[in-house]
Amino acid sequence: MATNTSHRTVLERRSSNDRPAVVFDKVSLAFDENVVLRGVSFSLSPGHTKIILGASGSGKSTILKLIVGLLKPDAGQIWVHGARVDSMSENEMMKVRDHLGMVFQEGALFDSLTVAENVGYKLYEETDMPLDEVRRRVEEVLGFVRLSEYIDSMPSELSGGQRRRVAIARAMSYKPPTLLYDEATTGLDPITATTVDEEIIKLRDLENVSSIVVTHQLRDAFLVATHEAVREGEKIEIVSADPKKCDEAEFIMLKDGGVLFEGNAAELRASTDPYIRTFLS
Amino acid sequence: MVLSLLENWIKGAVLEVQEYIRLQVATVRAIFSRPFYFHDVVEQFDQIGIGSLTVVLLTGFFTGAVLALQSGITLDQFGARPFVGRLVSASMIKELGPVLTGLMLAGRIGSGIAAELGSMVVTDQINALRALGTDPVRKLVVPRVLAGFFMAPVLTVIADTVGIFGGWIIAVYQLRVASGLYWTSITEALYLQDVWMGIIKPFFLGYVIVTIGCHVGLRTKGGTQGVGRATTNAVVAASVAVIAVDFFVTRLLFTLLY
Repeated sequence: MATNTSHRTVLERRSSNDRPAVVFDKVSLAFDENVVLRGVSFSLSPGHTKIILGASGSGKSTILKLIVGLLKPDAGQIWVHGARVDSMSENEMMKVRDHLGMVFQEGALFDSLTVAENVGYKLYEETDMPLDEVRRRVEEVLGFVRLSEYIDSMPSELSGGQRRRVAIARAMSYKPPTLLYDEATTGLDPITATTVDEEIIKLRDLENVSSIVVTHQLRDAFLVATHEAVREGEKIEIVSADPKKCDEAEFIMLKDGGVLFEGNAAELRASTDPYIRTFLS
Repeated sequence: MVLSLLENWIKGAVLEVQEYIRLQVATVRAIFSRPFYFHDVVEQFDQIGIGSLTVVLLTGFFTGAVLALQSGITLDQFGARPFVGRLVSASMIKELGPVLTGLMLAGRIGSGIAAELGSMVVTDQINALRALGTDPVRKLVVPRVLAGFFMAPVLTVIADTVGIFGGWIIAVYQLRVASGLYWTSITEALYLQDVWMGIIKPFFLGYVIVTIGCHVGLRTKGGTQGVGRATTNAVVAASVAVIAVDFFVTRLLFTLLY
């Protein structure tokens, strides 16, 4: 009996591991006359990365807000870890949000709370985890994003890049299997942007987190798609990814509310579509 | 053109009312269900209650003092100067205490709530709260509504007390009314219904001020300029609401109590 149960558990875990983290099925959304998304479909496999590119106002951030349930679509279906979220109430969405972490543009840190309170917010407020355990987890994730010394600082004392990294730490603190990055590197200098990109890569490769990265920064998009994190003893290194790993990062190019392109980094570079060529140039 | 403008204005007004009612329904529902953010409630009681103490003390004191000063001169014409205490207490407890405390709270609390929630909206902090699994109504609105509802009457009683004391200083030292006569005339003129009216009204006023501040703050649009607009709108709407609600509740209480 015990063997059967454990078999079933393993099977359930496997099927849930094979299940796409996020599925968009012909999703449409319009604000009055302005059509933002027009029948958008894609699927994100567990542990993989989806990089959504597009011009400003093309609906990239809207896709993330739809996944988290901050907006509801006019048509189509959205599935997150096997749960259909497009028709869920706000109360039901709260449970789904345990499986999602979101990094907002500019970080959206709570400016009246310290870095530690920001990072541990969900654990402090929404779980029964003992306070010392929460503190340990906060220290752990701040160590992961290399900001341990800022644990008691206020967000206003941090630089733009540090704020984004704290936002990443906050999103990963409760170990969600999927992370959504909304323009996480926009407005940052290339060196700082690289540190943020490296956090995204580390989380994906070392913590097996599925990621959706929304950006219009091509440099950051290709960096995330073509590199991987490897642990060598105590050290973590970011190296060029092998072709198989590169295939796990897929690009989606949005134009006029629809999907113009879907494929890996090499296919995107090889595309002859005039819009994509202009975007890449 | 004019018709379409009018139509848009009416639609906008109806939408605002609808959203205001929705917020109130969500707030009441959240008060009686879990999770309940107790430490936020305590924090808001402190911010709204203790934080407003100075402004309420000053307003109450000077209102009572000027009331004694003005009414003393008028009462003199009828040789009724010793009755100044009656006038001060009746005016303060029944009307001026609740309304002026309400107006002060509208300026201090209404604007503060609208600005705080408004800036949280425009910097995506409200969306971040929701994404982290927290209902902003439970976390932000419920504590403020409870604090406004329960602290407004407390602050009003304090304003009334300080106002009567301010009136006493003027009566004794300026109008030369005997201290004992002043205090006796205060109790003589007061009926239990008056006291009830002075205590019941601030519950309504506190509730209206805070819910308007929360509603306007949570519907802020358009960056920092929008936050400024929301703050102004919250103060104006809450101040007008204080006067209007005061009238309607007074009318209702007259029917029920007297």
